[in-house]
Amino acid sequence: MSANPFKDKASPHSASAPPSAADYWADSLFRKLAMTCAGLIIALLAYILLEIGSQAMPAISEYGIGFVGGTTWDGSRDEFGVLPEIWGTLYSSILALIIGGIMGVTIAIFLTQEFLSQKVATVFRLIVELLAAIPSVVYGLWGIYVLIPMLRPVAGWLHTHFDFIPLFSTDLSGPGLAPAALVLAIMILPTVAAISVDALKRIPYKVKEAAYGMGTTRWEAILKVMLPTASSGILAALVLGFGRALGETMALAMLIGNSNQINLSLFAPANTLASLLASSFPEAGDLEIRALMYAAIVLLLLTFVVNVMGLAIQQYTMRKFEGKK
Amino acid sequence: MSATAEVMPTTDAAYYEADSPVVIDCDVQKVFYGDFLAVRDSRVPIEKGKITGFIGPSGCGKSTVLRSLNRMNDLIPSFHLQGAIKYHGLDIYGKNVDPVMVRRYIGMVFQQPNPFSMSIFDNVAFGLRLNRFKGDVEEKVQKALEAAALWKEVKDKLKNSGLSLSGGQQQRLCIARAVATEPDVLLMDEPCSALDPIATRQVEELMLELKKHYTVALVTHNMQQAMRVADTTAFFGVDISKGGRTGYLVEMGETRQIFEQPKEELTQQYVAGEFS
Repeated sequence: MSANPFKDKASPHSASAPPSAADYWADSLFRKLAMTCAGLIIALLAYILLEIGSQAMPAISEYGIGFVGGTTWDGSRDEFGVLPEIWGTLYSSILALIIGGIMGVTIAIFLTQEFLSQKVATVFRLIVELLAAIPSVVYGLWGIYVLIPMLRPVAGWLHTHFDFIPLFSTDLSGPGLAPAALVLAIMILPTVAAISVDALKRIPYKVKEAAYGMGTTRWEAILKVMLPTASSGILAALVLGFGRALGETMALAMLIGNSNQINLSLFAPANTLASLLASSFPEAGDLEIRALMYAAIVLLLLTFVVNVMGLAIQQYTMRKFEGKK
Repeated sequence: MSATAEVMPTTDAAYYEADSPVVIDCDVQKVFYGDFLAVRDSRVPIEKGKITGFIGPSGCGKSTVLRSLNRMNDLIPSFHLQGAIKYHGLDIYGKNVDPVMVRRYIGMVFQQPNPFSMSIFDNVAFGLRLNRFKGDVEEKVQKALEAAALWKEVKDKLKNSGLSLSGGQQQRLCIARAVATEPDVLLMDEPCSALDPIATRQVEELMLELKKHYTVALVTHNMQQAMRVADTTAFFGVDISKGGRTGYLVEMGETRQIFEQPKEELTQQYVAGEFS
């Protein structure tokens, strides 16, 4: 340990002492441990990418970039393309993000802006967070037995009266995009709500005072001051929710219909990358497995791009609104 | 209701005869937070075109009285006021008066600079947009920033976030935000307590400039500040008889009189620095 030049100069009664050798040792140990954990995460990600990449290599060299633009998935003819799955993944996730995002942020506002007493708000928040504890397959079953029968008459009515609108151009015959997106919305709701609640709760009291001091009504304070102030946190919530929607597998495999088509209609069956992976693996031949690995890489890239974009938007809003560099 | 029974006598010193038109005639008889009597017997006329300083030890209710003047205290559910606060003769606690409306006519600057997380321009334009101002917003924003002595420093970066400014600049931005709609009264609740001496100096100079157009009520914990800027000063004390801590107006008068020839012994002790 380094010398202690203060010992002789300071008051002899002083209780001050230098950190012991064990203190220094614990300090450096903790730092090494943290570095190792951080390194392991990066290594794990690289390993997964490498492994899937090498598995997919035959398919990548066989189909190239055309795989992303191809619209058929036929194991018997060895013809593989994932454009309908990319479309289905993005379409269902965006719909879920819109519905779940609006609901989640609204719930967060409701829970944080003194509409409820503290106790009721805590219970309510607990219930919303419990939604996250329900297994995906239960959501899938609920979708099949409750949601789809409930949606059918509504879908039928919309289709008969408004079939000139592309969104309602088909009827809901069973599984389809609408039930899948609704279930997805419920599934991302707890994530969006919980993180938005935290973002709104972090707003200092002085900001609220400033808003009311300017003579805002409650809604004006929430819409014009609270939401912009919490915007970077709420964006983070939406990005996380969207990421979750992109990768969700089980409930979607049960509800979306697994049909390779690109259709604007909310009631048409579709397919997503994750549910393609889940439903095709058990019966896939050798080349199809390679193609599925390729599809997994596409999904990984898609999620990565979405997250990076979300992060960029978040950084931008932080710079613009909060003046952070 | 413990503190209501015993009341320390309020003397003549507490009655201040206004010699200019009174914009806010504040006559607080009692302020309660729940059962707790926070302030009693404080009549503080806020005169037009003057700076009225509120001084006193901590817990004396000076901020509570100030915050009653634009109904900011209504944010605290247990708050309850007895008495009348008349703005141009109209009781702002009247039955049909919306607190939101009161706050649009009586602006406020707080202890901590609290700009909104939006651009400098949007911060200042906030009140104008809120009040659905139809005229030239840019012109008004420039005027407000000039009035707050901030225009020269920010005119090339109006799009930057208000939070990117220094503490003193943020406080002047908050002043610009409050004066953009040209309310006739500006309440300032210890506006310099979070600022360094240079920024404090700037804000004080600004207050003297502002009183040409606005009526200002200023709470300060800094006696020198009251001496430098206030025209009239209200000194509040704490009544700890009966175990509670109830603030009340001890003496009000011309600032010079309060500091040089106080009528009350308590005032004398306070301005001499014997307690704070």
